[in-house]
Amino acid sequence: MEQVFDLLITVFLVVGGIFGLVGSFGLIKLDDPMSRLHAPTKATTLGVGGVLIASMVHAYAHEGHLSWHELLITLFLFLTAPITANFIAKAHIHRHETPDTLPPAGEDKTWATHDVPPEEPGSGRG
Amino acid sequence: MRLFSRIFPHPLLTGLLTLVWLLLVNSYSLNSLLFGFLLGIVIPFLTRPYWPDRPELRHPLKIAEYIAIAIWDIIVANIAVARIVLFKRNAERSPAWICIPMDLRSPEAITVLAGTITLTPGTVSADLSAEGHFLLVHCLDAPDPDAVRDEIKDRYERRLMEIFQ
Repeated sequence: MEQVFDLLITVFLVVGGIFGLVGSFGLIKLDDPMSRLHAPTKATTLGVGGVLIASMVHAYAHEGHLSWHELLITLFLFLTAPITANFIAKAHIHRHETPDTLPPAGEDKTWATHDVPPEEPGSGRG
Repeated sequence: MRLFSRIFPHPLLTGLLTLVWLLLVNSYSLNSLLFGFLLGIVIPFLTRPYWPDRPELRHPLKIAEYIAIAIWDIIVANIAVARIVLFKRNAERSPAWICIPMDLRSPEAITVLAGTITLTPGTVSADLSAEGHFLLVHCLDAPDPDAVRDEIKDRYERRLMEIFQ
């Protein structure tokens, strides 16, 4: 039985490691900033997920108790990964995209990042 | 009833915080249950001004179904993105911006939708339109942007409509 668990732990660690590696490789290989954002947000989820499942199996098989911290880490990861990605995307839109390079926003006229009130005279940032 | 909603502005959040505390402590005891419950009362109470509306959740079964679908899609997404990264040359990829008109209105539901889109196949939600009626999504490889839009609307948004409205 011990061996079965060890085998499971190994499989999950290797799978997690591969996805983590692919995610990091994607960061180098993909050629535009928005595409680069895809590799770390996804491949890393399963990469970290694999390691966490391995950790849960390890705690159950070798320390004889269920560990819940891994579930919490997954939860926090699912909450934070999209928000980080969203902020990087917004920073990219702010600095490198204009309303002409993005698809039109229907009847709302513009995207939130470009929706800046006109600057008041005299309050310019120098 | 009014007293109840003053003490518990967000009953679900109270339950969730208690559960998170128990998971953090990593063992069950009456002590940690009580302390978690205390946190579950104090935190929603203090943050109430920042979260005035209470989102209504319906159909617990539908929520479970949505989570299951999302987790399955995340696994598929990882494999799909890994294949694109490893085997597709950059010139063959067709990245695209797509604009998704949304029928959802509640901020909580839009947050869940945007988060799901970011975690699933080759899509990252990038921005909302100025009035919050459209979602800007970037696709890693989308030869047919309209199909991606229809799939997101049919697969996720329709289910969220049933849960939140």
